Amino acid sequence: MAGTKTPPGTAENGPDRVAGGPSSRPTGPTSRRRARTRATTSPARMAALLVSPTLLVLSIVVLYPTLMALQESLYGTKGLDPKTGFIRTSEPFVGLRNYTDILGPAGDRFWNAFWNTSFFTVVTVGAETVIGVAMALIMHRAFRGRALARAGILVPWAVPTAISALLWRWIFNSNGIANAVIGHQILWTTEGFHAKVAVIVAEVWKTAPFIGLLVLAGLQVIPKEVYEAARIDGASAPRQFWHITLPLVKPALLVAVLFRCLDALRMFDLPYILVGAQKNSVETLSMLAQNEASNVRFGPASAYAMLLFLYVFLIALAFVRLLGADLVGGAARGGESRRRRRRMTVPRRAEVTA
Amino acid sequence: MKTKTSRAMGCSALLAAAGLLLSACGSSGDGGSGQTGSTSFQGRGPITYAAGKDATGVTPKVIARWNELHPKEKVTYIQLPTDADSQRQQMIQNAETKSDAYTVLSLDVVWTSEFAAHQWIDRLPENQFPLQKMLKPVVETARYRGGLYAAPASSDGGLLYYRTDLMDKAGITAPPTTWSEMTNDCAQVKKKVPAAKGMSCYAGQLQKYEGLTVNFAEAVNSAGGVVTDANGKPDVDTPAARKGLDFLAGSVKDGTIPKEALTYQEEDGRQAFQAGKVMFLRNWPYMYSLAEKSPVAGKFAVAPLPGLDGPGSSSLGGHNLALSSFAKNKATALDFMKFFSSEDSATTFLKDASLAPAYADLYNTPSLVGKYPYLPVLKQSILHAVPRPRVVAYGDVTSAIQQEAYAVLTGTKSSAQALKDLQSDLQKATAQ
Repeated sequence: MAGTKTPPGTAENGPDRVAGGPSSRPTGPTSRRRARTRATTSPARMAALLVSPTLLVLSIVVLYPTLMALQESLYGTKGLDPKTGFIRTSEPFVGLRNYTDILGPAGDRFWNAFWNTSFFTVVTVGAETVIGVAMALIMHRAFRGRALARAGILVPWAVPTAISALLWRWIFNSNGIANAVIGHQILWTTEGFHAKVAVIVAEVWKTAPFIGLLVLAGLQVIPKEVYEAARIDGASAPRQFWHITLPLVKPALLVAVLFRCLDALRMFDLPYILVGAQKNSVETLSMLAQNEASNVRFGPASAYAMLLFLYVFLIALAFVRLLGADLVGGAARGGESRRRRRRMTVPRRAEVTA
Repeated sequence: MKTKTSRAMGCSALLAAAGLLLSACGSSGDGGSGQTGSTSFQGRGPITYAAGKDATGVTPKVIARWNELHPKEKVTYIQLPTDADSQRQQMIQNAETKSDAYTVLSLDVVWTSEFAAHQWIDRLPENQFPLQKMLKPVVETARYRGGLYAAPASSDGGLLYYRTDLMDKAGITAPPTTWSEMTNDCAQVKKKVPAAKGMSCYAGQLQKYEGLTVNFAEAVNSAGGVVTDANGKPDVDTPAARKGLDFLAGSVKDGTIPKEALTYQEEDGRQAFQAGKVMFLRNWPYMYSLAEKSPVAGKFAVAPLPGLDGPGSSSLGGHNLALSSFAKNKATALDFMKFFSSEDSATTFLKDASLAPAYADLYNTPSLVGKYPYLPVLKQSILHAVPRPRVVAYGDVTSAIQQEAYAVLTGTKSSAQALKDLQSDLQKATAQ
């Protein structure tokens, strides 16, 4: 249903945008205007036709599940019939109660998970950005053994999260390396702030290379001449970094940070395996939704998932709108600063978004 | 771009509303039609058996034997993940979609109530299974509201592993039967045996996971309390239960249980015992043969779990066979369940995979006892065992227990407050 409806919607959009709204309005039908409309309609139709398979697939694998989850989130938990001892076969419709519940006492767990998720995102992405940029700078330098350094830095990113969580669980074992190194026994996998620290360390270790990789791609397209000119002008290395490298690598960096934020917001496997399920200190929204679903409460689980979806969506939107992260190449929507920067980013974009 | 997004969003909102209306109409029709009457076990043909991966390789062997005898009713072994939570997850997913992919399910003993209440599994005819030959607590785990919903296939009970060499050196002849005896013995050993100076006394599975529920329930039951009463109603806010929990919490506090035991699962505890770090360890029988191959081989023995005033009571582990409600060829399935849970099969599983049987007399068979010396002790453990709470919302119950017990063990909550909170959580979880 969704699949068949969307393409006409966009087809309708096409002429609006390209030929301008007036085409459909009866504002003096001159022959020139009509000709223009006809000329632009058929390419637009063609375009709509060409993207329709994509839209169809997207609506099946993205839109439909999302709508199903939204619908499910309006239903409650199947109740137990005390007479027969059986669970009732249908879920009661509860409207928005699953959502309003988070404002009541039952919301404690949700808000705890919400703050954990936010905390992990801010701290890990912050640390990863700093470390990732440093890694990129190192990888970018020409020195002996550069290939080895590059490969070495990328290894953690190549390790599957579940495996790296197991690795770190050994490291953070009560008799593990971490405790041996600091010479003091901390029970990392018990409740408490140290559990958060363990997750953050493992997460940063694993994903800083991702930022490093994307930033490296951004670094490689900065023309050497810019640096040469700066050197001739007598700019110091830190100055070059702040005034040349950082601004020029910003589009790539923003995309990397955005991706990492979205990833971190739905963090699940690392705390789940490293520290364990149902540990308040590290429970994220994904873990909470999974826990509800595994206890056969699909309604609340969907509600939590929808809230997480909304949260992620808002963050992504904020990135695109406020920081101007350029996800879709050439989607610049005007604005003085944007247009100015656009000149710089055009050649690079192909590499970043490829 | 802007108009496009907002338009698309408007469009999807419309669609969502339409979808809601449709499904609301759709789901209102089938409400309230419960399953009534008994199941007829009809249909013969190929079926499947869904169970966790069997590292010992005995399950495929037993199934092969069945397939030889019944070439027209072959059983296919569907291997689920080793992790119990994932097994349950897959079985529930199958049930929710009413798939007939799984015929016979190997259920963990604590899942029976949930699966029965959701009518994911069929009620079984009692006269088809030799229940009177099985240990009574084991059969209880297969019941829901008096009806038999599963066939007991294997069992498991907790044992107290202890170091005989150290006890001998300290001149102690018998294993402790109470908690205070255990701590006394430990002090004696530490005083008389220099090698035991740095050892800890006791450990169990106290990490925040299912093992904590087991250890908590055992402590409460061993002190004369209950988590849920005979009718499944929570009754955990009692002085007896508090004594049980206080034993665990107090032991962690005074060092009888090492602090790091708060991170122990079964394997961590085993490693610690084998490395000579703990004197007494609560663990399952699986550990026996592994410890026999470790540095403590020949230096340890097992005893029933100690309690407050006398022998304690264990929780129950093990698996039961259940029949999926949505399966085909149920006549074959019933026959296969009888075969798979028979005394013959149980003997094979005990011999080759050291799975504790449900049948009472196997525990006294001399040849088997020769191979597994812990069997008589295990029988006592299982006979005095109290199953973990048999409730529909077991997932909620166990997570509430873990939450409160862990808070007490880590010293963030008093045992009195925790039990009070636990009682109200359990009431909520069992009321539904």
